[in-house]
Amino acid sequence: MQISMTINGTDITEEIEPRVLLVHFIRDQLRLTGTHWGCDTSNCGTCVVLMDGRPVKSCTVLAAMADGHSITTVEGLATGATLDPVQQGFMEEHGLQCGFCTPGMMLTARALLDHNPHPDDGEIREAISGQMCRCTGYATIVRSVQWAAAHPAGQDRMDEMEENAGEEVTA
Amino acid sequence: MTIIEERAANPAAGDENRPIGYGRIQRKEDPRFVRGKGHYVDDIVLPGMLHGAILRSPVAHARLVSIDTSAALAHPGVVAVITGQDLLGLKLAWAPTLSADVQAVLATDKVRFQGQEVAFVIAEDRYAARDALELIEVDYDVLPPVIDVRTALDPGAPVIRDDLEGRTDNHIFDWEAGNSAETDAVFASADVVVSQEVVYPRVHPAPMETCGAVADFEPIEGALTLYETSQAPHAHRTLFAIVSGIPEHKIRIVSPDIGGGFGNKVGIYPGYILAVVGSIVTGRPVKWMEDRSENLMSTSFARDYIMQGEIAATKDGKILAVRSTVLADHGAFNATAQPTKYPAGFFHIFTGSYDLQAAHCKVTGVYTNKAPGGVAYACSFRVTEAVYLVERLVDMLAHKLEMDPAKLRLMNLIKPEQFPYKNKTGWEYDSGNYEQALRKSMEMAGYDDLRREQQEKRARGELMGIGISFFTETVGAGPRKHMDIVGLGMADGAELRIHPTGKAVVRISVQSQGQGHETTFAQIVAEEIGIPPEDIDVVHGDTDQTPFGLGTYGSRSTPVSGAAVALVARKVREKAKFIAAAMLEARPEDLEWEKGRWFVKGDPSVGKTMAEIAMGAHGTVTLPEGIDGNLDAEVTYDPPNLTFPFGAYICVVDVDPGTGHVTVRRFIAVDDCGTRINPMIIEGQVHGGLTDGVGMALMQFIEFDKEGNNLGGTFMDYLIPTALEVPDWETGFTVTPSPHHPIGAKGIGESATVGSPPAIVNAVVDALAPFGITHMDMPCTPARVWEAMQGRPRPPI
Repeated sequence: MQISMTINGTDITEEIEPRVLLVHFIRDQLRLTGTHWGCDTSNCGTCVVLMDGRPVKSCTVLAAMADGHSITTVEGLATGATLDPVQQGFMEEHGLQCGFCTPGMMLTARALLDHNPHPDDGEIREAISGQMCRCTGYATIVRSVQWAAAHPAGQDRMDEMEENAGEEVTA
Repeated sequence: MTIIEERAANPAAGDENRPIGYGRIQRKEDPRFVRGKGHYVDDIVLPGMLHGAILRSPVAHARLVSIDTSAALAHPGVVAVITGQDLLGLKLAWAPTLSADVQAVLATDKVRFQGQEVAFVIAEDRYAARDALELIEVDYDVLPPVIDVRTALDPGAPVIRDDLEGRTDNHIFDWEAGNSAETDAVFASADVVVSQEVVYPRVHPAPMETCGAVADFEPIEGALTLYETSQAPHAHRTLFAIVSGIPEHKIRIVSPDIGGGFGNKVGIYPGYILAVVGSIVTGRPVKWMEDRSENLMSTSFARDYIMQGEIAATKDGKILAVRSTVLADHGAFNATAQPTKYPAGFFHIFTGSYDLQAAHCKVTGVYTNKAPGGVAYACSFRVTEAVYLVERLVDMLAHKLEMDPAKLRLMNLIKPEQFPYKNKTGWEYDSGNYEQALRKSMEMAGYDDLRREQQEKRARGELMGIGISFFTETVGAGPRKHMDIVGLGMADGAELRIHPTGKAVVRISVQSQGQGHETTFAQIVAEEIGIPPEDIDVVHGDTDQTPFGLGTYGSRSTPVSGAAVALVARKVREKAKFIAAAMLEARPEDLEWEKGRWFVKGDPSVGKTMAEIAMGAHGTVTLPEGIDGNLDAEVTYDPPNLTFPFGAYICVVDVDPGTGHVTVRRFIAVDDCGTRINPMIIEGQVHGGLTDGVGMALMQFIEFDKEGNNLGGTFMDYLIPTALEVPDWETGFTVTPSPHHPIGAKGIGESATVGSPPAIVNAVVDALAPFGITHMDMPCTPARVWEAMQGRPRPPI
């Protein structure tokens, strides 16, 4: 079957097998390997991408279900050479070690901040509670998101925040 | 030795935030990871690459009657199906383990655990390979399994390893340390003895990235390139050469970015070998990536020790001796990864951090119908089990003597002046200041206030617990005369090259799974020769690019490879002196070093920077005799002893009396890993280990039913802590350098995993003390805690 979607701001149309999972479509067909896969049961969250600005576990979404939607992967976070504040925050506050859960964590953080620019630590923990990290113990991830909250980007980010305000952000 | 913490930069650089050497700097590897440009095994796509999938046994113990692969072979996209019979013809059906046993690559005679490898399908894509697994028909003649390890040595127990000639039982080894007679004599005359069976259940490291490989065999050259999730690429290369018969110089192992290891990626799994066989058979590259259930059910588990422990003391609380007998469940194949001489790892560090008169332990290893493995999960070769046992026993002793557990520990800790301290089972602890660390953790915790709060809460019927653990780690194996893995001495190499423009590349034999080697090792070189870390590339994980060494596990990287890197940098620095002398037309002995340059004593304005010296080395200046025209060096470091990091942990829990749910409210961790290179990375290592501790103490375990079905085979059943189950960690440190390590560093990777479970369990038991509870086995799940409270005397209200 044929599907069309927007990936990181670019419109694409691709032929797929109907049963293909979104994570495999992104990784194997589009070769965007920043989205990872870590379990079969929708528990680990390494596969999180944003669908219309909201985190989804791409191992539990058929590629066909993304037809007509806008998908953001980790490769779409930075604007050219300019990192998203969340990416910068993860580097500043040691929010990653092996880097495997990091793309999903950062995307959820992005969605959280778009919806709630000044979350408290509990809200950050709640937002990432559907995702696992085996390296960091989470405290530095919380600090990383707080760093990003304290260093917001420019006006276009503000516009996006207004658009997405009020939505649920737990993956 | 200079002790540096959060040190300022080279004063000349004038920027305290960018230290040249030790200190907090951002990680060099992070820019690629935050952009999603990490390069993991499953990201690799080679031209013509095929995908493999493994059919696994649904039962724990059965004779293989027949396998019919015809329907699978006929499935669209399937290229080949390999069975154990095919491997017998290639002499690859069995592979040696890291513990002098053999393991079936694909079953030929029997299956011996649920999840064991039975057949390998190779197809054009991963979906077709998975589809074809369903089409393989296997006829199993089910046999009674051995699941309860306590019955493994019963007369008449089914013999699991009838493949081994002459084998009539499930016994693997007996091993002991310490002096049995002396220990028994001390116990016989002691005022107080406390005994307890302590179970450290089977757990799994479960890194976020599962295990996998891409094998690419090139038939004309007879050369194999194997990309795999390996914590020890050099050791793997040697083993692959031995197993496959491919000459070692024709094998290149590449371990790219690894999504967490924790010991899970030390061993060689059948899947890696099958990818290689698949590539040889099909003439095309073959990728194999296991799924999460395969990871949890078939790759290296950890622990599974049933420990009978005893502690003897005077009535005043002087601890005199410990002894223990252990039943160790090694699963169906003895595939534990540890130094050859130590089949129970370093369990004999179970004497802990206390000055004892005697100690003895005996460990018996047995086969069961469970997955093989046994030394994994940040355990420092069974130090996790040892520390858990002794710290539980000390707490029980405190309870029996009605003493505060902190006070009892303070009375018995080895004193600073006793180091180097020879314990009663053969270790020589290098350095320590234990009391200082414990007192610091008590101060950070506000220990006395916590005890007051607990009393008040108890009076109101609320359940609050305070748990302490004090641990001594044993890491950085070798020395190689005592320690090897399958005959390979536990040493590590380093090579350093300074390019003509003063930029450097250091090649190391250990491999990062997230520990930040590209940063830490650059900082070690920077500290020694004064080139900024950003000008130093760290190359690792590729056997064609790096010197030989035993790899990353047992917290070895900084203690062993870190030492190699410091020494190779010093070698370069010394060579630079001679080159600088030639350039300055001075005598080498008249030169003095300051970070980054050699200058003439008494005339600091006359000198040469490392960059100038590097250019000189490759330039036209006449070099002294015996000095090659480069600024390169290499070393292999054989550690003279292990290092002994230590720490004091305090955990505060609240237990819901209605549900049994345990909340870790606070966790205070004071660690001493000797000299600290990058405090940010150290803190991250500690945080991760503490989270593992919460997992093991409260939720993670792999259980089996009577038939041998693995009940922890998914993340829905095997629970991993999320951000909601762990507190905001409170960390502190003391610095007691290792006297025998070139920079005094001791290693930190596993300290928190070793030290935290007993603190948490001690806290839970402390919370339940009003019920008369003195011990509870991990994990302290709500159900277990609730059950323990039922039918016991109620706490005072």
